[in-house]
Amino acid sequence: MEESIVLSAKDLDLYYGENQALKKINMDIPERQVTALIGPSGCGKSTFLKTLDRMNDLVQGVRIEGSVLYRGQDIYSPKLDVTWLRRQIGMVFQKPNPFPMSIYDNIAYGPRTHGIRNRKQLDEIVERSLRGAAIWEEVKDRLKKPALSLSGGQQQRICIARALAVEPDVLLMDEATSALDPISTTKIEDLISELKQTYTIVIVTHNMQQATRVSDKCAFFLLGQLVEFGDTAQLFSMPKDKRTEDYITGRFG
Amino acid sequence: MDGVSKAAGQEAAPKRKGVRSAFENFMNVLFFLCGAVAVAFVLFITVYLVASGLPAIREIGIVEFLFGQEWASTAAEPKFGILPFILSSVYGTAGAIIIGVPVGFMTAVFLSKVAPPKLAGAIRTAVELLSGIPSVVYGLVGMTVLVPAIRVAFNLASGASLLAAIVVLAVMVLPYIISVSETALNAVPKEYEEASLALGATEIETYFRVSVPAASSGIAASVVLGIGRAIGEAMAVMMVAGNVANMPSLLESVRFLTTAVASEMSYSSGLQRQALFSIALVLFLFIMIINAALAFLLKRGKKD
Repeated sequence: MEESIVLSAKDLDLYYGENQALKKINMDIPERQVTALIGPSGCGKSTFLKTLDRMNDLVQGVRIEGSVLYRGQDIYSPKLDVTWLRRQIGMVFQKPNPFPMSIYDNIAYGPRTHGIRNRKQLDEIVERSLRGAAIWEEVKDRLKKPALSLSGGQQQRICIARALAVEPDVLLMDEATSALDPISTTKIEDLISELKQTYTIVIVTHNMQQATRVSDKCAFFLLGQLVEFGDTAQLFSMPKDKRTEDYITGRFG
Repeated sequence: MDGVSKAAGQEAAPKRKGVRSAFENFMNVLFFLCGAVAVAFVLFITVYLVASGLPAIREIGIVEFLFGQEWASTAAEPKFGILPFILSSVYGTAGAIIIGVPVGFMTAVFLSKVAPPKLAGAIRTAVELLSGIPSVVYGLVGMTVLVPAIRVAFNLASGASLLAAIVVLAVMVLPYIISVSETALNAVPKEYEEASLALGATEIETYFRVSVPAASSGIAASVVLGIGRAIGEAMAVMMVAGNVANMPSLLESVRFLTTAVASEMSYSSGLQRQALFSIALVLFLFIMIINAALAFLLKRGKKD
């Protein structure tokens, strides 16, 4: 089956000042699949994820060489509008970070920013996004309540709904379940499996069981290098690289 | 357990323990007394002001005192209406806030979010220096630069006016508004701003739609602090406002609550003197209300 490629990194190097955090990364991320990035702490997996929607721009002293193509466009080209890019590529963070506003206003934040003012249209977007993030039933009677009054797992699904509300093409998730309890984690994993029918998803996880449960493709990072990238089932059952094998069998990291 | 050393320890303990605990108790009492001094002064001033401010109000009549439009304390038939002072203080403070808040707020956003660190550091130092300048210096500069400028600009006999007081007070409240607002903006978790940027908002949109609302109670506190600062200022106002007990108008000489007390106290006597205490009491009540509002806002800010 021919896969269509959504994001593609080509010879990507990233430096924090003198420190090289990513070394010649080449990676193609296929459409409507879940790609997991795994590896020990500090291996560059989160840094790589953030290069995909240019959130690394916020870090002082970052320098990037090589390129990342999003559907054929170089996202580091000076002509590219970063706000447009970030609408196409949504992000869910490690720590749930809903705004200190009502649930409704959290979800409506993105659409409002992009110019939607019509109340009815916003209502529809809010409901669709909350349903999409599997939290509508839990919050539909208290949309005016502060989002911060919800539990951590619910807050994270609010954040996912908030990302969905701007109708992105790709969803990036940076260890989105690491701050959550097992039940909330299961809910989010189920959600990821559902969302991949509509969205291309890239997750960073330090949890290898999670990678095997939810991902189709898996990339193993070590010391800023992409060691191995392939089908998840194959990577975990028959790793090609000795370092991958050592890591997934728990010999280091 | 070692029985011998335990016994020895028990023997030595009581004496040392006695000295130490006496010292502890002494220090505790000392700390308490120091803390009590501040409370005692507040209580003393409150009681003193109420006790010395009420007789004149009772004699003049509260309505006549608060709403009388004429103050002629040394006339043959004296009038003690302080409405001109109350309104001058209120208008002067409001004017200072109307000018000072937008400028101070924008400066705070600039310092906290936009400015490169070096430039922010330089501006912050300037703001701190501004808050350290004694009010008499503000008054002096206002008197020699601002007042003549207003006289020329509006073709007046004298430039000493409510407008001059407003401008001086606006500059004086600026550092408070800037530093309290900036602290509140700096305390906004970075995660909120990241989330907004990741949704495709621009940086300016993020500051005004996420950071500022998240810091709103701190920013409101900065405004209230500025109000308290402006309404309580006497020296600088005295030097630029002209001190005539007119009903306030922008280009006319006015007298504030603070300057009403300060300007007549040295030669006052009898009911006039008592009435000055009553003015101080009114000012004191204003400040108390403002402080209560400030405490409320800061408390609400912590809860968020």
